[in-house]
Amino acid sequence: MASDSGRKADSFGVDRRGALECMLWAGTGVLWTISAGVPTSSLIGSAKAQGAGLSFVQISDSHIGFDRPANPNPLATLEEAIGKVQAMPAKPAFMIHTGDITHLSKPKEFDDAAQALGKLRLDGHYVPGEHDVIDEGTGKAYLERYGKGARGAGWYAFDQNGVHFIGLVNVVNLKAGGMGNLGDEQLAWLADDLKGKSSSTPIVVFAHIPLWTVAPDWGWGTEDSAKAIALLARFGSVTVLNGHIHQTMQKVEGNITFHTARSTAFPQPAPGTAPSPGPKLVPAGELRGLLGVTNVTYRTGMARLAITDTALAG
Amino acid sequence: MTRLKWCRLRGTGIVMLAMAGLFVSAAAQAEEVTVTIDNFTYKPEVLTIKPGTTVTFVNHDDIPHSIVDNGGKFRSKVFDTDESVRMTFDAAGNLTYFCGLHPHMTGRIVVAP
Repeated sequence: MASDSGRKADSFGVDRRGALECMLWAGTGVLWTISAGVPTSSLIGSAKAQGAGLSFVQISDSHIGFDRPANPNPLATLEEAIGKVQAMPAKPAFMIHTGDITHLSKPKEFDDAAQALGKLRLDGHYVPGEHDVIDEGTGKAYLERYGKGARGAGWYAFDQNGVHFIGLVNVVNLKAGGMGNLGDEQLAWLADDLKGKSSSTPIVVFAHIPLWTVAPDWGWGTEDSAKAIALLARFGSVTVLNGHIHQTMQKVEGNITFHTARSTAFPQPAPGTAPSPGPKLVPAGELRGLLGVTNVTYRTGMARLAITDTALAG
Repeated sequence: MTRLKWCRLRGTGIVMLAMAGLFVSAAAQAEEVTVTIDNFTYKPEVLTIKPGTTVTFVNHDDIPHSIVDNGGKFRSKVFDTDESVRMTFDAAGNLTYFCGLHPHMTGRIVVAP
């Protein structure tokens, strides 16, 4: 970043201004409101008071423990995102975190994340990312903290305000050459969980890796997601929230709306724009043009989402 | 010939350790080669080595990776930026592996006398 702007960089190649600008880019979250069974999203920083309905916040890909030039201090950017949630005029009912809470599944990383996220004073609902299950116990550390009441590798469901929420895990038992993986045991549980539910029940599914194929060459998708989508297809309102790709992206398929959230740690390149999906160093001059680039709104009464691109500059 | 025979003899025990998920240093006279990881790619993607060769996998990405045998015989620790793991391959064969975090990353090691 700093080399592009000609400014003096520290040993990480990032100067203070650059790092702060990275924080502006990374320190965002998404506020979700459900009214009449239809979820609506908005960037946290621009959120206005919502009317009657259920609002919750999604935070993703905090990568606590990451220390590379793309963001040497992701704890600070997570705390900045938390500050934006706290400043919202309408308090969300709860938070969901769509994984990669930590970078290396280390105890201190989990501790630091939990301490920071505790400042929200909101109930938290988590699913793991692949970075949260790389302890020696391959996920034991995550389950000890967040697996209470969950099945298998950490999947579960709960209901709030008539909406059925389902947290899925697609980051374990990954297969060579493949992408994310739900597995037969979890799919059987999902089928059983949905059995008997009215098709008019609003459904919100959240998982780390996208449940639609974004970029197979980069592993951005879930091998057996079609089986889960088939189980969800009969419902009139289904919203699928994911992380993993560190950028917002949307897709509508029938009554199912897919959305990915930004990271609170660092951006990743758009598919096809870089040799690999690794952390993206953002040139300082482009940052404001990237801030708040896209607002995604599920408008009440409309089956398809509306996307509004809003740049702060440029 | 003598050295090759000696390597194979040592190799028997080393392979057993590798199957238990442990990684051991190569014999002093054994060959050493390096596989690098750049941009989520193992280089070389296909590596041909002699039995007893120690392979050092070096991660040059800003994201951690690992080495997992397709057949489930071994799984390395996760190694982050500029970290490495060493594995010794003693038995002849065709081993395919992938990254436990990014399974679209795959590689192959051909161990042949």
